[in-house]
Amino acid sequence: MIGIELVIAEITGLTAPDLERWINNDWVRPQGPAGAYLFQDIDVARVRLICELRFDLRIDEETLPVVLMLLDQIYGLRRELRQQRSGALPPAPARA
Amino acid sequence: MARDATLEVIRAAYRKLAKKHHPDLNPGDAKAEARFKRLSAAHQLLTDPVKRARFDSGEIDAEGAETPRPGFYRDHAEGPSGYRYAPEGEDEPDLGSMFGAMFGERRGRRNAGPRHGEDRRYSLTAPFLDAVNGASTRLTLPDGRTLDVRIPPATADGATLRLRGQGGAGGGRAGGEGGVPGDALIEITVAPHAFFRRDGADIRLDLPVTLAEAALGGLIDVPTPGGPVRMRVPAGSDSLTQLRLRGRGVPAHGQHAAGDLIATLRVTIGTPDPALIAFLQGFTPEHKMNPRQAMEATA
Repeated sequence: MIGIELVIAEITGLTAPDLERWINNDWVRPQGPAGAYLFQDIDVARVRLICELRFDLRIDEETLPVVLMLLDQIYGLRRELRQQRSGALPPAPARA
Repeated sequence: MARDATLEVIRAAYRKLAKKHHPDLNPGDAKAEARFKRLSAAHQLLTDPVKRARFDSGEIDAEGAETPRPGFYRDHAEGPSGYRYAPEGEDEPDLGSMFGAMFGERRGRRNAGPRHGEDRRYSLTAPFLDAVNGASTRLTLPDGRTLDVRIPPATADGATLRLRGQGGAGGGRAGGEGGVPGDALIEITVAPHAFFRRDGADIRLDLPVTLAEAALGGLIDVPTPGGPVRMRVPAGSDSLTQLRLRGRGVPAHGQHAAGDLIATLRVTIGTPDPALIAFLQGFTPEHKMNPRQAMEATA
């Protein structure tokens, strides 16, 4: 798990205001309280995805939540399918 | 792409292709990642003036610009950590039941609880009145067990009853212990009735009446699903007259009010009585009536 400064340093083109806004929009859900966020690998990968959608593919911030919501549904379905195929996954971690 | 393409043209082309090939937008396509990496490499190379110059002059090949890229979101999203971004408010049952219905097999539960046994399907033919009024019946299963089935009032033909826990045994995938048994699904076929027909909440019935009952009117007993009911036939009722007995159709159930019994009169002569024949032979109507007048007018 890494802090917010490291995430910003690791992803080119990402600024602190952008990331903080995305966290406030609930697009990214790091653990910990505001000011002491901790990012897991999946959070970093998601920030990188949002960056690419936002800056490389020029999807504006009005449209982005729709894209993310649809993506989350697709991944939810795929997760479910995978679980159906393989039996049980480890229990879902409690959401913060 | 033209050798002299501008940065703008290159970027637009990249955006167009990236929207199509981004691996996180193509979670099921294993080749998307390779395509996207080639695309990114080309984009990086062509938008970097120094590298582009070297590429154009043949110093480096197309792979020369590739830099290792950290993992994609999709590498995480389908694993357990992906639950952190599961859509809000949409929980297991919806997806689970959808997959259960799609594959018709027992389904696991997210919380690694005991597995459901299989649902078993049976069919049962119910007498018409049992389906209308509700009834209890006993079903003997192929394996010798018996099931007491309660048919609720107003059960329609083709309806399926679910008996919780009466299907296949639960347990682990090898049929172990401690699981929740599946359900028994019982599809009801409603047998036709000799004279009642169901029409939604109403029951229809062809009701034979004598010539005297139709002409003079009077009280007659009419069969209904709930037992015979006395009904007044108005004087001068023709064949095909429909009489409605309110609330004597399918009984009230749940939120639904009771339906009606709709009786269609059929004037029945049968074998004419000699007295009736004699009467009709000497009978001269006061007002001559031709019941086929309308037909003759249009013919």
